Amino acid sequence: MYLYDDRDRCLLRERVRQFRDQTTRYLQGDLPEDQFRPLRLQNGLYIQRLAPMLRVSIPYGLISASQLRRLAHIARTYDKGYAHFTTRQNIQFNWPQLPEVPDILAELAAVDMHAIQTSGNCIRNITSDEFAGIAPDEVEDPRPWCELVRRWSTFHPEFAYLPRKFKIAVSGSESDRAAIQIHDIGLQLVKNAAGALGFRVYVGGGLGRTPVIGEVIGEFIEPRHLLTYLEAILRVYNRYGRRDNKYKARIKILVKVWGAEVFGARVAAEWQHLKDGPNTLTEADFAHARQFFTAPAYEAVDVAAADATVSACAAAERAFARWLERNVRAHRVPGYCAVVLSLKPVGVAPGDVTDAQLDAIADLADRYAFGEARVTHHQNLVLADVRRGDLPALWRALKAQGFATPTIGTLSDIICCPGGDFCSLANAKSIPIAEAIQREFDDLDYLYDLGDLTLNISGCMNACGHHHVGNIGILGVDKKGEEFYQIQIGGEAGSRAALGQVLGPSFYAPEVPRVIARILDVYVQRRLEGETFIETYRRVGVEPFKDSVYAKAA
Amino acid sequence: MPKLLKAGSFTIDAWRRLDADAARIADGDALLFPLPVWLARRDALLARDSSHTGIWLNGDEEPEQIAADIHRFGCIAVNFPTFMDGRGFSCGRLLRERYGFRGELRAVGDIFVDQLHFLRRCGFDAFELPDDTSLDTARNCLDAFSVHYQAACNPA
Ligand code: HEM
Ligand code: SF4
Repeated sequence: MYLYDDRDRCLLRERVRQFRDQTTRYLQGDLPEDQFRPLRLQNGLYIQRLAPMLRVSIPYGLISASQLRRLAHIARTYDKGYAHFTTRQNIQFNWPQLPEVPDILAELAAVDMHAIQTSGNCIRNITSDEFAGIAPDEVEDPRPWCELVRRWSTFHPEFAYLPRKFKIAVSGSESDRAAIQIHDIGLQLVKNAAGALGFRVYVGGGLGRTPVIGEVIGEFIEPRHLLTYLEAILRVYNRYGRRDNKYKARIKILVKVWGAEVFGARVAAEWQHLKDGPNTLTEADFAHARQFFTAPAYEAVDVAAADATVSACAAAERAFARWLERNVRAHRVPGYCAVVLSLKPVGVAPGDVTDAQLDAIADLADRYAFGEARVTHHQNLVLADVRRGDLPALWRALKAQGFATPTIGTLSDIICCPGGDFCSLANAKSIPIAEAIQREFDDLDYLYDLGDLTLNISGCMNACGHHHVGNIGILGVDKKGEEFYQIQIGGEAGSRAALGQVLGPSFYAPEVPRVIARILDVYVQRRLEGETFIETYRRVGVEPFKDSVYAKAA
Repeated sequence: MPKLLKAGSFTIDAWRRLDADAARIADGDALLFPLPVWLARRDALLARDSSHTGIWLNGDEEPEQIAADIHRFGCIAVNFPTFMDGRGFSCGRLLRERYGFRGELRAVGDIFVDQLHFLRRCGFDAFELPDDTSLDTARNCLDAFSVHYQAACNPA
């Protein structure tokens, strides 16, 4: 994990001092509301329906046990005892008081954390793969690159007043778990024929009102040119992105209007001037960034003995066997595995955790995973380096804390935005829909039989729940003041990113579980041996699903 | 009257923006020519001394258009139509880093003190601020950070 040095700490202290001063001037009436707004947003502070919300940055999802404990303390002291992990690997507090926010920032700075650029029209938290560094299918560890991009983008003086927010994601493996194609910039680490490392650069992806899958403008950008190339993209966007209409201000609109080819050519022209300039990376920069992401001190594990322990427990306890099947992932080091902690038990808003749970995660990370945890964009957590032999004990501890719901990657592992319960932009509630679906499909055998399936819910077209790229996507819509839900299928967030297709007219909330059941029935009837939901959809198309969902009751 | 912050103090402004429809151009006055005026009368204006010849660029105007004449200007003012419009930050860096402008680079229009630090890092060295701006606040804001993670324009 990246460790702060004196310069990083100095920067954070200066940031806290700056924001304290800005808040004081605002509260005294010396800083007008409209000017304070971008400043507080760039510090992650929203004013939402019920109270302010503070979004704290977790760079590319990596967090240490001591940081988790500090978050627990903040939830307890300044909030109502809970917090919320987001789809961008960050964490949010929903009830902080504005005058206390500078104190919260000081508490965060003491553990090298902050809320810098977690909102506002700037470059946001860099996101990545929660299995970075341990995934068997990894080409190259993305974390050092995330860190280099994080530093470059932090307080970048030219890009703090962009036309709109800007999100960058980095993937280092063959199967993209960071959803890079739905980001403003997606960076894919690749190796060329000669075995040299480079970046395939996607631009213009994004969801919201106008969902777009990103397009490639750079097939192979050499690592040392990464930052100057990014700077060229950002400069073209900063200069030519629309500013007259916030719904048309994202880079995706500029890329669409110009076409990816023209956009890419403009970037290349700008880059000619920046290339080899002062932001060019050196071998020393690479080495510095890489030294923080070395493997932890893995022990030589007696793999056969560990497997025997695990098998014995699985034979004795069905629940453990199920958890093992869904919540434990392969690791490139023999005898180790990654464990996903589910934050999706039925009846809890996806991603919510209490202060006590945060403390418990910190203890488990210390005990079983080298003191580190990771946040996933599915709003779960990962302990990345667990000895296989520890799985039974870890499972019991997770069960006691409510993190062992064995449904990772299934229909029940829903991504869901805060929706109408919390968000002033909502057309409809979303959390109760997630809960109704979880209750309807609570039979684990059925969920497992359905296999890998993503279901995403957003309470309005801003698409915070990424409904466009869920295999099943649910969108809250408002019809003459009443809440309805539009359902789409066929979306995908990974390497074969695709937007879902709307099935047809929308439904009342109570109808939603039944509609989902019909969609699932079509899949079960039509699937071929071993086919996942999305594979069946790709083969049979949307029509059979439409026919079933809108069939007149016989 | 806005105040001009330069070299850490409020100073008397020597420059005046020429009205687009001004009939007469006084020789000795330090004037900022709106880009269209400069482009239209360039041949005649080239005779002026750079010490009192400047340009006033609007947010949507391209610094590329004055690149060839850049050393003929003593001052370039970049206008920020609203404080949320960040194009001027790119404009500043281009003028300094790409076109090598060495004169006074002034941020004018709808800017506020909390932007000063970034403006300076984008090459600006003079700032037109509202009349009621406190000098202490402005100085604090200019020096908000002593550490930077990326290369940009750093004040001499
Ligand atoms: C309750 C307060 C919230 C408000 C007011 C809000 C508002 C918005 C708005 C207006 C957008 C659209 C921006 C655009 O398209 O340019 C957006 C996008 C997004 N929001 Fe939220 N949001 C909130 C909470 C959340 C939460 C809790 C999460 C994570 C779980 C989240 C994740 C996202 C993501 C990932 C996007 C990007 C979608 C894209 O790529 O366009 N938001 N949000
Ligand atoms: S999708 Fe809409 S309802 Fe949901 S959090 Fe985002 S803005 Fe709010």
